[in-house]
Amino acid sequence: MTISIDPQKTNNESLQPKGWLRYFSFSLDHKVIGIQYLVCGFLFYLIGGTLASAIRIELASPMSDFMPRDVYNQVLTLHGTIMIFLWIVPVVNGAFGNYLIPFYVGARDMAFPRLNAVAFWLIPPSGLMLVASYFVEGAAQAGWTAYPPLSITTPQSGQIIWILSVLLLGGSSIFGGINFIATIIKLRRPGLKLMQLPMYCWAMLGTSLLVVLSTPVLAGTLILLSFDIIANTGFFNPVLGGNVVVYQHLFWFYSHPAVYIMVLPAFGLVSEILPVHARKPLFGYTTMVFSIMGIVVLGLVVWAHHMFTSGTPPWMRLFFTIATAFIAVPTGIKFFNWVATLWGGKISINSAMLFSCGFIINFVFGGITGVALAQVPFDIHVHDTYFVVAHFHYIVYGGTVFIIFSSIYHWFPKVTGKMLNEKLGILHFIITFIGFNLCFAPQHWLGLNGMPRRVAEYDPQFQFVNQISSLGALLMAISTIPFLINVFLSVRNGKNAGDNPWNALTPEWLTSSPPPVENWEGEAPLVEEPYGYGKEISEQK
Amino acid sequence: MLNKNFYLILIISLVFAISFWIGFNVNLLPAEASINAPIYDELFKILFIIGLIIFIGMTIAVIYSLFKFRKRNDQIGDGIALEGNLSLEIVWTIIPSIIVLLIGLYSYNIYDRMGGMKELNHNHEMMSSNTEKIWAGISQSSDNEIALNNLSIEVSAMQFAFLFNYPKGNFISGELHVPVDQKVSMKMESKDVIHAFWVPEFRIKQDIIPGQPTILNFTPTKVGKYPIICAELCGPYHGGMRASIIVEEESDYNQWFNKNKKPEVNL
Repeated sequence: MTISIDPQKTNNESLQPKGWLRYFSFSLDHKVIGIQYLVCGFLFYLIGGTLASAIRIELASPMSDFMPRDVYNQVLTLHGTIMIFLWIVPVVNGAFGNYLIPFYVGARDMAFPRLNAVAFWLIPPSGLMLVASYFVEGAAQAGWTAYPPLSITTPQSGQIIWILSVLLLGGSSIFGGINFIATIIKLRRPGLKLMQLPMYCWAMLGTSLLVVLSTPVLAGTLILLSFDIIANTGFFNPVLGGNVVVYQHLFWFYSHPAVYIMVLPAFGLVSEILPVHARKPLFGYTTMVFSIMGIVVLGLVVWAHHMFTSGTPPWMRLFFTIATAFIAVPTGIKFFNWVATLWGGKISINSAMLFSCGFIINFVFGGITGVALAQVPFDIHVHDTYFVVAHFHYIVYGGTVFIIFSSIYHWFPKVTGKMLNEKLGILHFIITFIGFNLCFAPQHWLGLNGMPRRVAEYDPQFQFVNQISSLGALLMAISTIPFLINVFLSVRNGKNAGDNPWNALTPEWLTSSPPPVENWEGEAPLVEEPYGYGKEISEQK
Repeated sequence: MLNKNFYLILIISLVFAISFWIGFNVNLLPAEASINAPIYDELFKILFIIGLIIFIGMTIAVIYSLFKFRKRNDQIGDGIALEGNLSLEIVWTIIPSIIVLLIGLYSYNIYDRMGGMKELNHNHEMMSSNTEKIWAGISQSSDNEIALNNLSIEVSAMQFAFLFNYPKGNFISGELHVPVDQKVSMKMESKDVIHAFWVPEFRIKQDIIPGQPTILNFTPTKVGKYPIICAELCGPYHGGMRASIIVEEESDYNQWFNKNKKPEVNL
């Protein structure tokens, strides 16, 4: 099967604006859409980061003195929602997925380019709507989990805007997921077998299955919640005979897989980055594929571990303990395989490599606290405390966000044809790594010793440790400065990268940098061994 | 060759030794003031040591690789073309599976000793009928042999306070007074949104849910005043929603109880 180019689409392409303006257009080019996702996501990351700074300023003192209490709850709700739905999910899926997947399968674009553009253009309006809800009657203030009855009793307009916004973002995510599945399954270049695909394709296939299976449940749940708010129905309203625990089951049926929607693509990306900079094949390709699929299956049956202190009967607590703890096995395999990939390599110590290694260390830590949290008796003490806050930041920031930065350092030359400055990159890594650990490691102790999460005030005995944490947050905020300077300087004056600065073997590097509109001048190359380091060299000779 | 193995074994033993030392000597937990607390701390210690071994081991492996296998300036070409090692991969699938399974069984045992698997019952004289469905909670620890009497308390939570109803004394208190070494049985229900009852020193927590009563049983073992903390976001003053539990000698408790006791009103 060869990919024929739809003539009508080619016409459209010629009507698309050129230069930087195309990033503001309804472009159908998967590479433009990928960059749109990335830049849009990063802008929301800055907003979410500002909100995080506001939280850490408030918590630098035990009194609620920096902002009004209801504003504080709005800030933490928006911080969580923005970071998850507008930064991490769109960037690890939408940005890198759109940019890389067509290259990896040897296609000229995604399976449904228009759907792809629609999926992206749902994001800016819903994000702006969410931020603007602050100026109406106050933004949503029931946390990103929006548990009823709190979400039913807080000011309605903010909560309804929050629901609409998350519904649009969920829709965008589903469109993206369908598109990735179709592209990976149906648009593979002739001769390319599934087991020859780069690992990121497998990660995106697994992630997209989770998106398509679980996001509709969240959408349905939020629609029922909005009925409860505006039409006085009683699905989740105990006053009208509703059941609040049912909401939690439905919510976490999406929102636990959402964790894998945030980390599986990062697992895929790091599997692309490590072999290139360690000059070694990815260790254990087959077990990596099976462990991704294992995580997908297990990830769907662990949701109630978020509800161990809520209304769950003992047998259910036990089942979800075992299921959750077993996710550690496929996840552990991946980490051992990555370390084995480094072992015996010729490793270039650069920003991409450092952020990837930082990811391994942070994520192992977060994974260990995760296995502990899976144990019901352990969780009962620390549930809804700063221990949990620390744990999931180790997963989503120390894990996924580190990989987003690693990927930016790795693929910047591909996208722009220019190199990023390594000295600024390493400075960025050092400040981020120290700031991150300073911010979140002490929070484990806070949780164990009695500080609940989502509070604006706390026991004065926790002040010193909270100030250390706030100092770490300050460093994290500062760390974006060398990164932004680096990106702006390098886009204009960066060293020319050439087509393949890393001598990588994955298909996206086998075309010019930046790539032409339909990816390859001629036929897409057939890459049977995307990780053939070591042996490929001798064959080429 | 012998040298290489020697260093490997030395490093592994050092990692174990350091992890055990930290596990036994660094206390990250608050005071133990209930029967559940020492059981919890036992589990914590085991998980802490296993976690330290894995974390320190992995960190050393990553940092060692970065130094040992870094590309020197004069080097060109790639590393070895090693694509996998099935027996090694089987080993690091099976060993973590066994560890996870053992941790699971052990924590089941801990949970059982905390009373988590017990049938949920609230032996309360005034409890309306058996038809009322108890949703969740923690029953009494099976380790508890000291407890003689049962103290039954009804807890209601609302934005932003806890109220403790002592049905035997026909009064409501904003402070929870309990006698030391006696089993306390609480039935909890919320009047508005979801709250949670957490006493860090007791290592217990249970959500208080509107429309669905939950049960929490415990036995305090140490006289003192401990905070009761709401651990579920419940509105703007969530951070200020606290109360105190005062564990006192039985005579002090009886004095307090008799002072607050109100005569039964027959209507």
